[in-house]
Amino acid sequence: MFLNQFLLLAAALFCIGVYGVLARRNGVLVLMSIELILNSVNINLVAFGAYHGDVSGQVFALFIIGVAAAEVGVGLAIVLLIYRNRRSIDVAEANLLKG
Amino acid sequence: MFAVEEFTGEVVVYSSWFYDNVWLIPALPAASFLIILLFGKRLPYKGAEVGITAVLAAFGLALLTTFTWIADIETDGGAESHSEEAMAASGPELAVEAEDGKEGLKFSRGAPVINEVEWFGIGTDANRVTLGAEEGAAAADGDADDHGEGFGGGFSIPIGTLVDGQSVMLLFVVTFISSLVHIYSTDYVHGDRRFTHYYAFLSLFTASMLFMVLSSSTIQLIVGWELVGVCSFALIGHWWEEKPNSDAALKAFLTNRVGDIGLLVGMTILYFAAGRTFSIPEINEAAVAGDIGQGTLLISSLCLMAAVMSKSGQFILHTWLPDAMAGPTPVSALIHAATMVVAGVYLIGRLYPVFYEGFGIAGGSINAMAFIGGLTTVGGGLLAFVQRDIKKVLAYSTVSQLGYMVLALGVGAYTAGMFHLFTHAFFKACLFLGAGSVSHACHHSFDMKADMGGLRTYMPKTFWTFIIGTAALAGIPPLAGFWSKDEILVGTGAFPGTDGNGTFTIPFIFGLITAALTAAYMTRCVWLTFFGEYRGHAHPHESGPRITVPLIILAVMAVWVGFLNMPTAFVESVGLGSGWAHKFEDWVEPEGVATFVGGANGFTHAKPSLLLAIVATGLGLAAGLIVWRYYTALYAKDPKATEYSDGLASRNSLAAAGHRVLEQKYYLDHLYTDVVAGGTKGPLARAAYWFNQNVLDGVVNAAGYVSTLVGRFVYRYIDQGVVDRAVNVSGQSASESGRFLRRIQTGQVREYASLMFGAAAVLAAVFIFAF
Repeated sequence: MFLNQFLLLAAALFCIGVYGVLARRNGVLVLMSIELILNSVNINLVAFGAYHGDVSGQVFALFIIGVAAAEVGVGLAIVLLIYRNRRSIDVAEANLLKG
Repeated sequence: MFAVEEFTGEVVVYSSWFYDNVWLIPALPAASFLIILLFGKRLPYKGAEVGITAVLAAFGLALLTTFTWIADIETDGGAESHSEEAMAASGPELAVEAEDGKEGLKFSRGAPVINEVEWFGIGTDANRVTLGAEEGAAAADGDADDHGEGFGGGFSIPIGTLVDGQSVMLLFVVTFISSLVHIYSTDYVHGDRRFTHYYAFLSLFTASMLFMVLSSSTIQLIVGWELVGVCSFALIGHWWEEKPNSDAALKAFLTNRVGDIGLLVGMTILYFAAGRTFSIPEINEAAVAGDIGQGTLLISSLCLMAAVMSKSGQFILHTWLPDAMAGPTPVSALIHAATMVVAGVYLIGRLYPVFYEGFGIAGGSINAMAFIGGLTTVGGGLLAFVQRDIKKVLAYSTVSQLGYMVLALGVGAYTAGMFHLFTHAFFKACLFLGAGSVSHACHHSFDMKADMGGLRTYMPKTFWTFIIGTAALAGIPPLAGFWSKDEILVGTGAFPGTDGNGTFTIPFIFGLITAALTAAYMTRCVWLTFFGEYRGHAHPHESGPRITVPLIILAVMAVWVGFLNMPTAFVESVGLGSGWAHKFEDWVEPEGVATFVGGANGFTHAKPSLLLAIVATGLGLAAGLIVWRYYTALYAKDPKATEYSDGLASRNSLAAAGHRVLEQKYYLDHLYTDVVAGGTKGPLARAAYWFNQNVLDGVVNAAGYVSTLVGRFVYRYIDQGVVDRAVNVSGQSASESGRFLRRIQTGQVREYASLMFGAAAVLAAVFIFAF
C-alpha cells in the first residue's frame, strides 16, 4: 500500500481549492473550491484510515460529507441573497465586512 | 447515661421505634410550616389543611409514644416504690429483686432514652489527634472524660432527642392542645387577611415547642426556647396594624430577652462547671454528684430563674403576659396552656437537680424559687380581680397558676408541679377557647362588663364547658385542678401530718390564699359573663361545631385527668386497687432525679391529708359564695349597669386604694417604662450627645483634615504623575495599533481567507520543522 500517491492527490486538490477560493470572483465557484478543499481532507482521512487499518477515518469522512452538504446549502443561500440584492455574485463587490 | 456510682438499682434503657424516631413529632409541624409558607395561599383551604394534618399526625405519634412509654413502665418498673410498705405489698417479683441484696434498691422506671447526632463540632477530631500525651491519658480515663479536654480541646454540639417521662408528658399535651387549637382556629380566624400566615406560625410555634421539649442538650434547649419566643412575637402581633398589638408583641419579646440573658449566662456557667458538656443528663448528674460547687450552682440557678421568670410570667417579669392577650384567642390558649409559658416550668423540671441543689430545697423552709412562685401566685390572683377583659382575667389566672407550679417545684414537690402543669393545660385551654367562643358571639369584644352578661341561655355549650373549666381551676373535687392543687399544698409540708420535703410555711400560706382567690375571681368572671342580664348590643348565638367540639373535648379532659394521680390512701378508701394510685407519678417522675435528689428513696413524697383537702376546698367554696352574693346584690339594683358607682371601692377608702394599686398593676409598668427606661434614657441621651459633640466630632474633624491633606498629595503626584500617564500611554498605543491594523480590514473575504491560509501555512511549517 502506497500512501504517497493519495497524499499527493489530496495536496494537489487542496492547492487547487485554495487557489479557487482566493482567486475566483464568482461566488458559486468559491463554494465549489471549498468543496475541493474538504474533499482533499476526506481523501487524506480515508487514506490514513486504510493505511492504519482503522475504520474511524472513513467515519470522519462521512461526517465531513454531511457537514459539507450543510455548508453548501448555507453558502448557496447566501450567494442567492447576494444576487437578489446586487444582481451580481461577484464576491469582490461584497465588502460589507469592512468595519 | 444517668448512672453514677451511688446508684445501686438497675437502669433499664427502653427501646422502641417510637423513641428512636420521636424527632418526627417536631419535624412534622416544621415541614408543615414550610409547606404552608410556600404553597399555602394556593391551597383550597389556604394552608389550614396542611397544618391540621401535620399536627394531627404529630399528635398520633405522640399518643403512640406515650402509650409505649406507659406500657414499658407498667411492664417492668410500674411497681416502683416510694415507701417500704408499697414495696412489700406489691407482690413477689419485687421481693425477689429485693433479695438480690441491692441496698437502697429502686426499680428502674426508664432512664431517659437519648438519640443524638453531632450538630456541628469545632476542632473535635483534629484535637483528639494532636492532644498532648498526658491530656490524652486523662481523656481516656473513664469518667473524667470531659474534664480531660483542655482549653485547646474542641467541642462538639449534639442535637438529639431525650425521651423520658417529662418530655413524653409534654409531647402529649402540646400536640393535643395544638391539634384542638388548629381545628378551632379554622372557624375563629376564618376570613382573616393573614389566615395562611397565621397557620404557618401556628405550625412553627408547635414545632419549636416540641423541639425544645425533646432537647437533649442545653444548646438545643436555648434554640427551642428562642424559637418559641420568636413565634409568640409573630402571633401576638398577628394584627399588627393596631399599635397596641404590635406594642404587646414587642413587650413580650423584649421582656423575654431580659430573661434570656439569664438563660445564656446560666447555661454557660453550667457548661463549664459540669466539665464542658451541654448534655442535660450529664449536667444533672454532675449537680447531684456534688461535682459542682454550691455557690456555682446557686448562681446558675438564679440566672436560670431569671429566664423562668420572664418566660413563665413570674413576678416581676410577668407584665408581658396579660398584654399578650392582644393576639388571637386560640393563640392565647396555645401560649397559656401548652407552649410558651410552660417552657419555663419545663426548664426547671429538666434541670431540676441543678435547682434542687442550688437553692438547697432539701429540707428547707423557704428559697428563692418557692418565694417567687408564692408571690406570683398571690399577686397574679389579686390582679385577676380588677380586670374587665375576660381574657385578662384568664391571663392573670395563668400567671397565678404558673406561680403555683413554680412554688411546687420550689418546695421539692416535683411531681405535684408537673402534674399541675398537666392538668392546668387542659382546663386553661378550655377556658381560653371558651372566652374566644364568647367573644365570637359578642362582636369580638372581651369586655365582660359592657358587652356580656346572661350568656348562659344563648350559648349553653360554651357555658357548661366554661363552668367545668372554672370548677377545675378553682379546685372543686373531683375535677382535675383539685388533685394537682391539693398535691402542691400537701407538698409544702407545712400542714400538720403531711411530712413534705421541708416545712415551707410561707409558700403554704400563699398557696392557701390563692386557692381562695382563684375560686373568687373565677366566680366573678363567670357571673359577669354568663349570669345576670345581657348588657351588650349584639345578638349572641352559640358558636359552630368547630369551636364547640374542641371545648367539649377539653372539658371532658378537665374532668378526668385528675384521677391519674390520686393518692394511695384515697384510692384504697374508695375500694379501687392500689394500682390506680399515683399513676402519673410512676410515668413522669424521672429515674435519675428521683434517685439522686432525695437520696436512696427518691423524692420525699408528702402524705396527703383529708383535712387539708377539706380546708382548701372549703376556703375556695366560701370565697366563691361571697363573690357570688356580692355581684348578685350589686346587679340587683341595676341589671344593665356597665359601670357601677357604689361598689366596694367607692365606699371604702382602703378598698379604693387597693383597687387603684391593682388597676395600675402594682405600678410595675410605670416602673419599667417611666423609672427604668425613662430614668436611663434622659441621662444616657445627654451623655451620648456630649460624647458625640466632643469626642466623636473631634475625631471626625481631625480625620477629615488629615484626609484632605492626603488627598491633595495623592492628586498631585500619584494621580496626575502615575495613573494619568499610564492611562494616556495605553490609550495612545491602542490608537496607534488601531491605525495600523485598519489597513488590513478591507471587507474582502478573499483577503481574509488568504491571510488565514498564510497563517495556517506558517503554523504548518512550524509544526513540521520544529518537531
